[in-house]
Amino acid sequence: MNSISDTSAVRARRVAKRLRRRHWAERRFRLYGLTAVLLSVGFMVFLFANIIGKGYRAFEQTYIRVDINYAEELIDPNGTRLAQDLADGNYQGVIKASMRAQFPDVVERSEQRKLYGLLSESAERALKDHVVGNPGLIGHSDSVWLLADDHIDLLVKGEISTEAAEEDRRVDDQEIKWMAALTAGHRVERHFNWSFFTEGDSREPEQAGILGAVKGSLFALLITIGLSFPIGVAAALYLEEFARRDHFTDVIEVNINNLAAVPSIVFGILGLSVFIQFFGLPRSSPLVGGLVLTLMTLPTIIISSRAALKAVPPSIRQAAFGIGASRVQMVLHHVLPLALPGMLTGAIIGMARALGETAPLLMIGMVSFVADVPTNLSSAATALPVQVYLWSSSAEQAFVERTSAAIMVLLAFLLTMNLLAVILRNRFERRW
Amino acid sequence: MTTNSIQVTAAPDHSLPGEPVETRTVGQISVQQPVLSARAVNIFYGAKQAIKDINLDIGLHSVTALIGPSGCGKSTFLRSMNRMNDTIPGARMTGRITLDGEDIYSGDQDVVQLRARVGMVFQQPNPFPKSIYENVAYGPRIHGLAVTRADLDVIVQSSLQKAGLWSEVKDRLSHPGTGLSGGQQQRLCIARAMAVDPEVILMDEPCSALDPVATARIEDLIDELRDKYTIVIVTHNMQQAARVSQRTAYFHMGELIEVGATNQIFTNPGHRLTEDYITGRFG
Repeated sequence: MNSISDTSAVRARRVAKRLRRRHWAERRFRLYGLTAVLLSVGFMVFLFANIIGKGYRAFEQTYIRVDINYAEELIDPNGTRLAQDLADGNYQGVIKASMRAQFPDVVERSEQRKLYGLLSESAERALKDHVVGNPGLIGHSDSVWLLADDHIDLLVKGEISTEAAEEDRRVDDQEIKWMAALTAGHRVERHFNWSFFTEGDSREPEQAGILGAVKGSLFALLITIGLSFPIGVAAALYLEEFARRDHFTDVIEVNINNLAAVPSIVFGILGLSVFIQFFGLPRSSPLVGGLVLTLMTLPTIIISSRAALKAVPPSIRQAAFGIGASRVQMVLHHVLPLALPGMLTGAIIGMARALGETAPLLMIGMVSFVADVPTNLSSAATALPVQVYLWSSSAEQAFVERTSAAIMVLLAFLLTMNLLAVILRNRFERRW
Repeated sequence: MTTNSIQVTAAPDHSLPGEPVETRTVGQISVQQPVLSARAVNIFYGAKQAIKDINLDIGLHSVTALIGPSGCGKSTFLRSMNRMNDTIPGARMTGRITLDGEDIYSGDQDVVQLRARVGMVFQQPNPFPKSIYENVAYGPRIHGLAVTRADLDVIVQSSLQKAGLWSEVKDRLSHPGTGLSGGQQQRLCIARAMAVDPEVILMDEPCSALDPVATARIEDLIDELRDKYTIVIVTHNMQQAARVSQRTAYFHMGELIEVGATNQIFTNPGHRLTEDYITGRFG
């Protein structure tokens, strides 16, 4: 029978069946989407949990309280109390004497050396600064918190299993015994690791800080934003508002899009051969790093700036022309102010990408070990992502947590920048 | 009687003495006191010809309506009178348009200066996303018409008064112009055009985005402005053309078919196409 003779009940059933199938299809489709979202959220949670779980311990560092006898014959044998004489004092001797006094039954030379090794090599410098600041201490006694060595720090943080066989761990039974005794005497504490934020890189994990990398990144980014934003905006303005549409601008447009897709390491090689080899700019410097990142960011900024200009409705341009504004007035008084928030958003996102960029910096030598915090644009420096790379390839176990901590600092910067972009967009975005 | 192959030689042209104009347009293309006059104007967008051999005078202190079906070239012709077509890539023009006897397309004509003398109001109200005050003050500012802030205040107030908007906005001049209603926005745009004291105001379907009440206000305004300004209005609305204009020009497929006094065009058109259009046979 054909459908015309169907009773209305049959037709209604058929329609209901179809409808059921359609509802199912819709539910299924939503489920797919939800699964994809949950999957990516899951990955993100895993990433953050992993990094934070590994890295949070780096923000604390183990200190050992040592009773120091500021013996005058070691610190200031001539009794001048002048700062330069105090700086030459034998603080290592002071610390060693104090440690021997703490554990008087350790007499063998090799055992004593191991005992001294509980403390970081930087303890001597910390003590010197303490004495130079307070010369009145000389001849008296005092108890001071001194930085522990990195393997002791790991032991205190529970990252070295005491159950393992002695030859399989970095801390031997003797050291564990000493630390147990110190802990029992309330001489071991974990303090917030300020020096992580105030020091440059170091071969000794317990002394290594992030400041050098942060400043290197900051200097490079300053160069990048200072150059790429004005150049990018000018290029976008010219192409969008002034240039005639012809083959020439088509070629430029295609090439800008191509440049945006060029792998960043290629820009690194370009920077190496142009800025360092041809112009002779200093290697490893944030100056060259910033220039290379400028080259890399420029296409992104041009593209986003052009999009922002395109989003300004043509009626605004007509209105300006209609009352006799020149093209420059039209652009500067009306179009640019309206497009600027969009341009800034694009620039910040470009900066965030530049901040996380490692490959081109490797090519221009920003990958070397630099202990000093850079003071200007041409001093040798690393950058945050490069520091992550350097620490992650270091042998010492204590660098593992520092690597994660550096990633956390990098991510904090990136999230701040993205947040800034979102705020800018929400605050100044205009609907037409 | 109507015919579409009538050959009319216009009366001697007052702005260009000694040059009688050959034209197929029905009616009198020239007027006694022309402000703008177009002679043999052709406009091309790329290879496509939008305007074909147009000859038309625009009379002083009167409203001239340009009517015709969509795509007939009336807006293109309107925009050629203050060279707004220059901003369209690929637009090209031949012929001659004079403003007070000077060729506006000649090399020494400054286009910025021209647009100050021939203002424009657009189809969609397009106030700048700035304050009401700044919208009106922008033109005088870029043309250096006001020396002091007080001068500028006077210009802003009188322009808004002329546009009939002052009483509605005088307490909120610092509010954004985009926050006004559509009709108020369009009157703000008219005030903005008048602030630079133009001789001619071109209006490109100024009421097509407005409701009937706002439309009526704009039409009343156009009628008042006629005393001081020469107005050319493009409209799709034939009742509007009949209400506000003294002279009407009918465009069809890029050609100026007929021009004449508005009441004559609407009561006794001289060309069959005009008659078909105003009686609603196509459009």
